[in-house]
Amino acid sequence: MDFLVDVLAWFTDSANWQGSAGIPSRTLEHIRLSAFATMVAAGLAVPLGVLLGHSGRGGLIAVSVVNIGRAIPSFAVIALALPFSIRAGLGIGFWPTFLALVLLALPPIFTNSFTAVRSVGIDVVEAARGMGMREREVLLGIELPLAAPLILTGIRVAAVQVVATATLGALVGWGGLGRYIIDGFSVQDNVRVFAGALLVAALAILTDVLFSVAERILAARGGLHGHRLPARMERPA
Amino acid sequence: MPQRAFLATEPLIRWGWIWDHLDEIRIQTVEHFILTGIAVGIGFAIAMGLSIVALRFRRTYGPVTWVTGVLYTIPSLALFAFLVPYTGLSRLTAEIGLVSYTLLILVRNIVAGIDSVSPAVREAAVGMGYSRTRLFLEIELPLALPVIAAGLRIATVTVVGLVTVTSIIGQGGLGLFILDGLRRDFYTPLIVGSVLSVVLAVVMDLTLAGLERLLSPWSRAGVAR
Amino acid sequence: MSEASIRLDHVSKWYPGASTPAVEDLTMEMPAGQVTALVGPSGCGKTTILKMINRIIEPTSGRIEVGGRDIQELHPHALRRGIGYVIQQVGLFPHRTVAENIATVPKLLGWDRRRTRKRVDELVEMVGLESEMYDRYPAELSGGQQQRVGVARALAADPPVLLMDEPFAAVDPIVRVHLQDELRSLQAQLQKTIVFVTHDIDEAIKLGDQVAILDVGGALRQYASPEEVLRGPANAFVKEFLGKERGLRRLSLIAVRDVPLENGPTVSSDAGPAEAREVMEREGVNWVAIVRNEELQGWVWESELEPGRKMGDLAARPFLVRVTADNTLRQALDAIVTSHNQVAVVYDGDRYAGMLTLNRISENLVP
Repeated sequence: MDFLVDVLAWFTDSANWQGSAGIPSRTLEHIRLSAFATMVAAGLAVPLGVLLGHSGRGGLIAVSVVNIGRAIPSFAVIALALPFSIRAGLGIGFWPTFLALVLLALPPIFTNSFTAVRSVGIDVVEAARGMGMREREVLLGIELPLAAPLILTGIRVAAVQVVATATLGALVGWGGLGRYIIDGFSVQDNVRVFAGALLVAALAILTDVLFSVAERILAARGGLHGHRLPARMERPA
Repeated sequence: MPQRAFLATEPLIRWGWIWDHLDEIRIQTVEHFILTGIAVGIGFAIAMGLSIVALRFRRTYGPVTWVTGVLYTIPSLALFAFLVPYTGLSRLTAEIGLVSYTLLILVRNIVAGIDSVSPAVREAAVGMGYSRTRLFLEIELPLALPVIAAGLRIATVTVVGLVTVTSIIGQGGLGLFILDGLRRDFYTPLIVGSVLSVVLAVVMDLTLAGLERLLSPWSRAGVAR
Repeated sequence: MSEASIRLDHVSKWYPGASTPAVEDLTMEMPAGQVTALVGPSGCGKTTILKMINRIIEPTSGRIEVGGRDIQELHPHALRRGIGYVIQQVGLFPHRTVAENIATVPKLLGWDRRRTRKRVDELVEMVGLESEMYDRYPAELSGGQQQRVGVARALAADPPVLLMDEPFAAVDPIVRVHLQDELRSLQAQLQKTIVFVTHDIDEAIKLGDQVAILDVGGALRQYASPEEVLRGPANAFVKEFLGKERGLRRLSLIAVRDVPLENGPTVSSDAGPAEAREVMEREGVNWVAIVRNEELQGWVWESELEPGRKMGDLAARPFLVRVTADNTLRQALDAIVTSHNQVAVVYDGDRYAGMLTLNRISENLVP
């Protein structure tokens, strides 16, 4: 119990709320990089997944991508990003973390986008084509709106994973909320470790909840539900 | 953390190092395997218990999924960090954390697997005089095997990845090499640790797949007429 | 023969929250060793009644006895292991072979391996499966084969009672006829007490020794043998349920061999046209059939008779449709209606046995 009191004290200590090592600063840093990496990954993976799903080909690739992605530990991806980043002249800290996070976010977004478009009922698509809609109109007007909730699910899964893995960025010289945990471990400051863990956990859960709500709103407007479709491609960090 | 840079002239893999450390590599691979096995084993046992409850009392499925879902969402490092002040930098901490990750996927798959058993089969079995317990053990579980096995495979591969993180809280496994490589700006152990984790994950996945095939000869039977 | 009859005594079933009962105050007895068919429109509770006998559904009130024992006295599992149960979708265990499926109840009852194996052998033969099927999995079998395994499985522990819930509804019509015929011959051998639920009145008539016609709420509108029901429907509901082809249905219950046949307008192949004309006038038709050595050669129109030529030398038309002694009068009627000369030619094996006319047939319906 004493320990938790100490943790509470840490949170109420105003010093921890100021400066570049303060809670707001680190949290913002964490959110900014996570959001950036997720958006870049989405920008790449959504169009790819949607186009491939629309064409109906590449089902094997979609499944394999996720299985392969799952087998590679996030820790390894971040760690491996470091030497490559250095060799590319990008240094430590931000770039290796960013690169690793984008790589990790790609599989779930790609596969979910692919599956989402593929799962749009073939009857709906054929009806649309039969009415004379062009391929582009079918894709944008029919498949995309129906697939949107599941695509969003993929982005959610990726976002949570990114927020979680960004904690490990502290190991390659980056900041973010992981800093509290890693620094705390190295100086054996359990309070700091615990507090950092609380912050990161809260952020991850918040991200999950916000996206879930967004999904529900989209689904309520008509669309495929995440839970009705085959295994969600998820992994923790 | 002191700023250091990987020397651009440093080769990606120094084979000499690997050769010198073969023993260590073997030990940590085994340790990694054991950590994974224990976590998935215990996780499966707990998940089975939770699933039986959820199947019997449907209303509990929501809350169970919610709790295991939260455990799953919490970043692994954070989860270990929560446990450290109470269970120390020990294997127990690592295992509690790892087990927590397996629960969501295993419970979901066990329940889905049992639910996927055809109602006609269930009705025929009950009508012939199967008791609840024997029905579960002899009919429902075997038929749910493919879905449950899929969950086990995903859980196993995931845990193999997470065990690398336990090196940060002082546990063994291939993560030690990754951490070592990071700390000493040394590529070789970094790459060795990473590659071997992937290999271990794939091997365990394929083994489980093979086991599943062995245990379910009926799923390979052709379709008639 | 099974000695176990089934008695329902003021049995009712109310589902929670329903405004009307699924079954209301039903009292009936299903005789031992016979097939009782429960038939009626959807919602009449026939399946509910069936399922109350093996306690898959528990009655809300009333008493059910099987073989003289109140079913509530036994633990449900024990009760069900003593009653065979066949359902429409069969429900074979996909992860067990045919032999293992059939051996289910014996295993549950703890039979030893040899006894079980022997019994499975018996049953596989009894239901007409080949022994190669033994180690096959259900997915490898056709619908008809699966249902045969289902029946074998239900009979494995030799229960006195067999409950069948629309067992042949899910197979195609040709297979269904085979399965029905096989059930009849099986029953002739085993004489179990069978309760057979169906929505198909023809199936009920074909298979049932007793037919119970049920209305919504399990109301028993008529309960009698198929002939009685067809001959004398008890009320408007039954009449309407049976539809307008009652007469034809009654004909399908009578075999040709049970009816005295006529010679019909036949003449020997050695005969001349005069004799042929005589026969035709006597029978009141304008054609004649030619018989040589008890074999039917064919028939000719009166206009085709040639003076001076023996009947056997004429080009006779063959009878295209023939009926066997095992066929029903309904099938004979079909032959009559589709022939040029309005008779059904009957063969017993290869031997020409006689003919049936429309008159002879309706004599069996109108006393």
